This record gives sequence, C-alpha cells and structure tokens, in this order.
Amino acid sequence: MLVLIGGILLVIIGIWAMLARKNIIRIVIGFSIVDTGIHLIIVAVGYIQNATAPIIDSAVPFEKTATDGIKLASKVVDPVPSALVLTAIVIGLAVTALLLSFTIRLFKVNGSLNIDDYEELKW
Amino acid sequence: MIKYLLVFVAIIGVAVMFYPLVEDFGRSTELHPLAQDYVSGSVTDLNMPNSVTAVVVTYRGLDTLGEVTVLFLATAGVGFLLSRKNRIVAVKRHGSEFLKTGASFLSPLIIIFGVYIFTHGHLSPGGGFQGGVVVASAILLMVLADLSFTFSHGLLHFSESLSGAVYVLLGLLGVILIGADSFLDPRYLPMGVYLSLFSSGAVPLIYSFIGIKVGAELSSIIDSLHEEGGD
Repeated sequence: MLVLIGGILLVIIGIWAMLARKNIIRIVIGFSIVDTGIHLIIVAVGYIQNATAPIIDSAVPFEKTATDGIKLASKVVDPVPSALVLTAIVIGLAVTALLLSFTIRLFKVNGSLNIDDYEELKW
Repeated sequence: MIKYLLVFVAIIGVAVMFYPLVEDFGRSTELHPLAQDYVSGSVTDLNMPNSVTAVVVTYRGLDTLGEVTVLFLATAGVGFLLSRKNRIVAVKRHGSEFLKTGASFLSPLIIIFGVYIFTHGHLSPGGGFQGGVVVASAILLMVLADLSFTFSHGLLHFSESLSGAVYVLLGLLGVILIGADSFLDPRYLPMGVYLSLFSSGAVPLIYSFIGIKVGAELSSIIDSLHEEGGD
C-alpha cells in the first residue's frame, strides 16, 4: 500500500516537473521520475501478503500434486509484474539516453535549453 | 497564471485516474490463477526454479523480443542523433595512475560478474537484462577513469547484431523441432537436473544472448555519449 501510494506520488511529481519546468534537462528528469513511479506501482500491484520471491529452490520446498501442478510450502509473489518491470527498467534507461541525446542535438543547433525558445511546434 | 492552472488541473486529473487503483488495492493473499499456472509450469514443464525468468524468456518471450527491439531502436536513435566522427577526445585533465590501474583491474572482474548473472538467470535472481547492464557498467567505469579510452565499434556492432540474430534463430529452432506453435519454446534441448547450470532446455542460451545484446547496446550508448562530450 505504501509502495503504491509512493509510486503514485512519484508519477504526480514527475508529471508536474514535465509540465511546469522550462529547462529541457529538468523535463527529462521528470520523465525519469514518472518511469520510476510506474515501476513501483506495477511491483506493488503484484505483491501478495507475506510472500517471498518466486524462485522455487531449496528455500521454498514444493511437492507435486496429482493434477499436474505443484503445491508450494510458502506463498510467492506474482512473477508477471516482476518480469514486466525488469525489462521496463532497461528500456527506461535507453529511452532516457535517447531523450538526452535529443537535448544535446537541440542545444547544438539552437544554443538554448529553454523550452520556450522552441516555438515551431506552438499553436 | 492560466498555464499553472492547467498544470494543476492535469495533476488533479492524474490523481483521479489513479484513485480507483488505491481503492481496489485489496491485500491479496492468493496468487492469481494465471500466475499460479506460470509458477507451477516453470517447475513442472521447464524444470526452472526462477519463474520470473520463465515468464520473461518463455511464456511472454514474444514481449521480450519486442522489448529488445525497442532497446535497439533507442540505441539506433542515439547513434543517429549523435553522429560519430571518430575524433580524438581532447582530455583536459588526465586521471591519476591509481584511478586508471584500479579501473582496469576492476573492469574484467565486473564483466565476469555480469556474465555470471546472465548465465545463472534461470537459477537465481538475475538474467540477461541485469547482466547486460552490469557488463555495460564495467565499460562506463573504464570510460570515466580514462577519458581517452576507446574500444572497437566493429566488435560492438558485430556482437550486437550477431546476438540479436542468434536469439531469433534459437526461437525459430523451437518451431522447427517441436511444432508450428512453439516459437521461443526452449524444450528442444535436454531438461537436465533441477537446480543445475545446464538445465531447463535452451533458456540459459537464450538469456545469455539477450545479455550480450543488452550489454553491447548499452555500451554503444555510452560510447556515443562519450564521443559527443569532447568539447
């Protein structure tokens, strides 16, 4: 619950940073904060009370049941959100690098990091 | 003034959007049936302790292929925006001898640790993505300690494209050897002994190639940003 609320707060802070700040680098930092918040939300959704990591080795004994399944000695958390987050962290890193290199390119062409100086896309 | 009001409205909108999630957040005590199926399937069908790896490599393997493609696109975008000129970076102040020796002592160890993480991804917490990031962090350490450090672009691009191609080929082997609906099914190799390194079919192979690909792509991002930061 705490993790979920913390993640939502991070998303809100990041969206505020993306909308209200003028400096492009701060906007990229806002994007990064939103990314982290979303990871926290996804992990919090997959949490099961008093459960351990879904790695079935000697720490989590199991026995096979008749219906082709297994019965675990202790509870494990949902593996799907963990799998989603572990790829999303690496993708987030690469996308942040892409945004920063776009920023470098903009600065080289126009010599400004202020978002108000780029009026081509303004309506 | 009106702008800050709009920003405020947008933030309130996001908070309202997320409110049902907080309200419905039941303290779940039982695993979802699908997740239960994945956990028991990873032990009974795939002979693999780590069910997160089972989901990443096998059950949702097509998603992982898509994620690797997104990573490749982001890397290609960085390389396109920061055009490489292969110029020598002008170093204003060299790192000390201690720093350089320490970094060149640690980097091979960090790379070996990364390889360990991605070859043991089916047994312990870890896997191709994490191991690849650790390998790239060794490259970052070398670049930070010695700014004139360069490495072969040809080797980077070769290992990147080779591992991507081998990843798809290993997936296609499932289609050839098992059946038409078995893309990325790792069960064409022997299952091995539970909790041993050579177990759970082709999963360690597939995850190793994912690790090499992620490591090469992140190193290539570091390389682009490094060559850009010369002036």
